[in-house]
Amino acid sequence: MRMTDFVVREAIIPELTATTKDGVIREMIEGLRAAGYFKGGEPEDIVKAILKREQLGSTGIGRGVAIPHTKHNSVDRLIGTVAVSKVGVAFDSVDGEPVHVLVLLVSPQDRPGDHLRALENVARSMRDDGFVRSLRQATTREQIWALLDEAPLQW
Amino acid sequence: MTGPSLQRTVIVANPMGFHLRPMAAFARRAAQFQSTVTLTKEGRRVNGKHMLELMTLAAEQGTPLILDVNGSDATEALEALSEILAAPTMDDDP
Repeated sequence: MRMTDFVVREAIIPELTATTKDGVIREMIEGLRAAGYFKGGEPEDIVKAILKREQLGSTGIGRGVAIPHTKHNSVDRLIGTVAVSKVGVAFDSVDGEPVHVLVLLVSPQDRPGDHLRALENVARSMRDDGFVRSLRQATTREQIWALLDEAPLQW
Repeated sequence: MTGPSLQRTVIVANPMGFHLRPMAAFARRAAQFQSTVTLTKEGRRVNGKHMLELMTLAAEQGTPLILDVNGSDATEALEALSEILAAPTMDDDP
């Protein structure tokens, strides 16, 4: 699995306008909605579920990276999006640092393996400081997609 | 470093696998020990005190993980960390 297998290209946000945890999650879900996912009240439902998950423990894993996520019936396969905050977002991360790179995941209820492999994939990429730095410096959706696409499968 | 070197194989019991929250709990607890902590899955060994390394394990329910601890507080670390790995629930994921 590569990040480009689950990241929705059209939903990538190279420069988030929101600056709060709630706001950036909302903006990312709106990005997925605008790309053709979810219907009716589902986006709000998903935002609430993701925020509820964050209350159980921040998904800020350190190094300026966070992986907000939830399971939801509206998707039949794991989907995700990537967003970059130039200013940084307070996220209660494990290292206390603000978050600049967010990878948001929405999984079907019954596929824990895919979720774990997505986490593996994100971790493999984010271990590379140069990769995180390049993501933070990217200014267009295409640049971010190209970085995700070039990320090595092995380490 | 002095102290015993202990090893135990623990089967991941959580139906969601060894996911982000148990990983965070594991890394946080592991960091409290002076002992070195590693987890090995299918021959690939990672540092148990680092979230990003734990995330690369992608260990589903039923996966055997080899927990190695080495140091003065290894005995206590082995018990505490085995318990987190073998816990069947942390499953109030929304």
